[in-house]
Amino acid sequence: KFDEKHNICFKVETHNHPSALEPFGGANTGVGGVIRDCLGTGLGAKPVCNTDIFCFAPFDYPMHKLPAGTLHPKRILKGVVSGVRDYGNKMGIPTINGAILFHEQFIGNPLVYCGTAGILPKEKSFKEPLKGDAIVLVGGATGRDGIHGATFSSGELTHKSETVSSGSVQIGNPIEEKKILDTIIKARDLNLYNAITDCGAGGLSSAVGEMGKDLGAKVELSKVPLKYKGLTYTEIWISESQERMVLSVPQDKLAALLEVFRSENVRATPIGEFTDTQKLQLYYKGNLVGNLDMHFLHEGWPRPEKKAVFSTPRHKESVPPRAEDLTPSLIRLLGHPDICSKEWVIRQYDHEVQGGSVLKPLCGVANDGPSDAAIIKPLLHSAKGIIVSNGINFRYGFIDPYWMAASCIDEALRQVVAVGASLKNAALLDNFCWGNPDKPDRLGGLVRAALGCYDAAKGYGVPFISGKDSLNNEYTIKNKSLAIPGTLLISAIAVMEDTSKAVSMYLKKPGNLLYIIGTTAEELGASHYYDLFGIIGNHVPKAYPKKARQVFDALSRVSSKHLIRSMHDCAEGGIAVALAEMAFAGGLGAEMFVEEVPVVQVRARAQKTQVQRDDFVLFSESNSRFIVEVERAHQKEFERYMRGVPFGLCGCVSEEAQLKIFGLDGKVCIAAGIAQLKEAWQKSLRW
Amino acid sequence: MQKPKVCVLRTAGTNCDQETAFAFLKAGAFVELVHTNSLISGYKALSEYQILAIPGGFTYGDDVAAGKILANEFKYKLKAALLNFIHEGKLIIGICNGFQVLAKSGLLPGNDELAQEASLTLNDSAKFEDRWVYLNCVTRGRQKPKCVWTKGLPEVIYLPVAHGEGKFVVRDKAVLERLKGNNQVVVEYCDEKGNPAGYPHNPNGSMEGIAGICDETGRVFGLMPHPERHIHFLQHPRWVRAQNRQEGTGLQIFKNGVEYAQKKL
Repeated sequence: KFDEKHNICFKVETHNHPSALEPFGGANTGVGGVIRDCLGTGLGAKPVCNTDIFCFAPFDYPMHKLPAGTLHPKRILKGVVSGVRDYGNKMGIPTINGAILFHEQFIGNPLVYCGTAGILPKEKSFKEPLKGDAIVLVGGATGRDGIHGATFSSGELTHKSETVSSGSVQIGNPIEEKKILDTIIKARDLNLYNAITDCGAGGLSSAVGEMGKDLGAKVELSKVPLKYKGLTYTEIWISESQERMVLSVPQDKLAALLEVFRSENVRATPIGEFTDTQKLQLYYKGNLVGNLDMHFLHEGWPRPEKKAVFSTPRHKESVPPRAEDLTPSLIRLLGHPDICSKEWVIRQYDHEVQGGSVLKPLCGVANDGPSDAAIIKPLLHSAKGIIVSNGINFRYGFIDPYWMAASCIDEALRQVVAVGASLKNAALLDNFCWGNPDKPDRLGGLVRAALGCYDAAKGYGVPFISGKDSLNNEYTIKNKSLAIPGTLLISAIAVMEDTSKAVSMYLKKPGNLLYIIGTTAEELGASHYYDLFGIIGNHVPKAYPKKARQVFDALSRVSSKHLIRSMHDCAEGGIAVALAEMAFAGGLGAEMFVEEVPVVQVRARAQKTQVQRDDFVLFSESNSRFIVEVERAHQKEFERYMRGVPFGLCGCVSEEAQLKIFGLDGKVCIAAGIAQLKEAWQKSLRW
Repeated sequence: MQKPKVCVLRTAGTNCDQETAFAFLKAGAFVELVHTNSLISGYKALSEYQILAIPGGFTYGDDVAAGKILANEFKYKLKAALLNFIHEGKLIIGICNGFQVLAKSGLLPGNDELAQEASLTLNDSAKFEDRWVYLNCVTRGRQKPKCVWTKGLPEVIYLPVAHGEGKFVVRDKAVLERLKGNNQVVVEYCDEKGNPAGYPHNPNGSMEGIAGICDETGRVFGLMPHPERHIHFLQHPRWVRAQNRQEGTGLQIFKNGVEYAQKKL
């Protein structure tokens, strides 16, 4: 629910397999598909923003190691970004949020997540096809492209996939879809149809099958407009040609509806009608070519049972060597592909079309710092906003997918809090990308992650509203199947009452105080700091939803009182990376004392538990932490609101353009000019 | 006083129509979104309106070249109506894709035969870019600006660009000289102080940093940046630290058009 008159919807899809074979087309139609999901919600929602998250193998992957039949990750990255840019920009939907992560195990199967949020009038939120309604196919013509797209997407990839399955990759045409969007909204507002569904996976077969579930449907397949001659009726029925929607139209409104589409050059063709026979009947040139019971079609599939095994892996427990000066580590972290600036990508997306942009993906004095989450105003005349954020970190899954799930939820939610909103009107989506579920060890991890989602969502008190999975992300190299790391994307959406209370992440004024909210534990397992040294470790960050929620709610209260000048969440690379980003984005320096950072004892390791090393405090990736900038004049008031929540007054914003961090022994352990830090952060992906 | 009527033109691939309409609405106009098909079929007449706005987007997918197909529709299907519109002293603004259409249809810089003299081609960076730019709107050291759309604007304004084909080029030197001599260069990319500067201040490599031009009458205006994306303080990328929270500088452009139409038409 957005306001009294509008509802919002949000969906995130995956388009992994197609993007592996044809990066541009795969990503292109991934975006197109999720936009149609939005358009097919209720009686049609207007898409207001996109979010796109990718996982690739490292872009400097050595050519000679590339397995047969795979494309180089740099080529995939460039193709995918172009595909998203093409569809999103041409549709006029701002791409406002995203993330890109890298790991060698994505070499055969890149991950491409595409999400869209939409807004629709309250009274248009529900659909119901009625008996006698005409089935109208709207949009592009049908061809052989994308046949068996759904089945191909659900199998494993091999070096032969490129030749065998290329025809399964669909072909996108954003302008066709833009025309459909414009006319559908027009027809919706004229009340010309009763229901709408998009033709996605399975094409007509799933769209018509779904809509006619409780009624029955009769379709004459020869009426479907074709791109070229020669398609069999089976091909027509299952083709996944893009940019098509199916409408259920009352007979007395059919003429008016067809006129709406005709006036803007959109193809619309009646191809059958909904009946009350409870049967799906397909005809081709008058001959019955398919006759199925609706009940069998929807319920006939026996529920499969699969075996799942999960055993907690034990990784070698080693720690990076102690170092007096942590500056080099910070510089390396800022240049880590997961952390570095994605400006090269973000600028190629139109993130301001529709005119509702409030907090852009890049912010700061030079408009180039990393925002935590993006905020848009979907209605130009209203101050209300929508926030979209994401939490993703497959690395934690190397230790325990349960805590990976909890951490992803924490990350997505704390980004919502970091931009100044509350979790009162927030919701979550999950997207699981995993290996082959018939292999018990793969399925075991998936089950752990699902349990983590369940517990965390209940703990944080934020509902899941939708989700999706993409399985069989495996690639066979020399008879050995390589699975991707089980990867969970959590997307959060929230409604912000007053967008003029938004908080950005870059430092604002010298002399302001810097607080760290939330406790830091020695949780460096699977952290990016350990990754620099090739260590995985075992102490993965845990989440404590009840305590975290207290922190989140306290911060939401103070930001609504305008007491926060800037705020940034601590995630990849921990406190040090977050503070460096705040400093160089704001063009200001900062001083911080590790001594003052609130730390917590990890019970399991009794004696030696207190975090004692500067690098552990600064680079630990513990959840539910923020760095907050507060004016000196507001110190008392701010601290009063923070009562009961762990916080430490750790430093201040400085005039000098330098980041200086004092270690536990009082000596400087990090000192670097902000220009140097920014350069390290921007260098990796400056193409 | 009667509100001027604005025709915000849309067709397949237009995508900044709603925010452009909203900007005109805020500026005090009466706005209609009109599909090109309605004008071509005669269902609607251009003569009903005082202002024509061609918003941003990717008309017909920007196939062939950005804005080319709509430009051809202008030349071959709507030429008489458009020329009549201009002769009646009415106003046209083309933003981003709209500017590309005006340039490629020959309406800008404008000549009797509607021959194309200028174009907007691929950015020097060879990619689509969305970024904020400073624009100098007081043509430096020249006589009083003639464009009615930019009257009273501060010397330097701040607007976003978002395009892949925005590099302004002219057919030959004579065209550029004529543009400058006639005072038809309206906005130029610059740094925050208003001085000419290279990339990324000039985001696409436009000749002489030209971001927008008008015709000889000063009433037909095309520009690559998006004034409709800066009509409210919340749209400014650094509004969070801004002290005064006023309307965005883009709104004045729409107000200028509306005021002119109110007074003179």
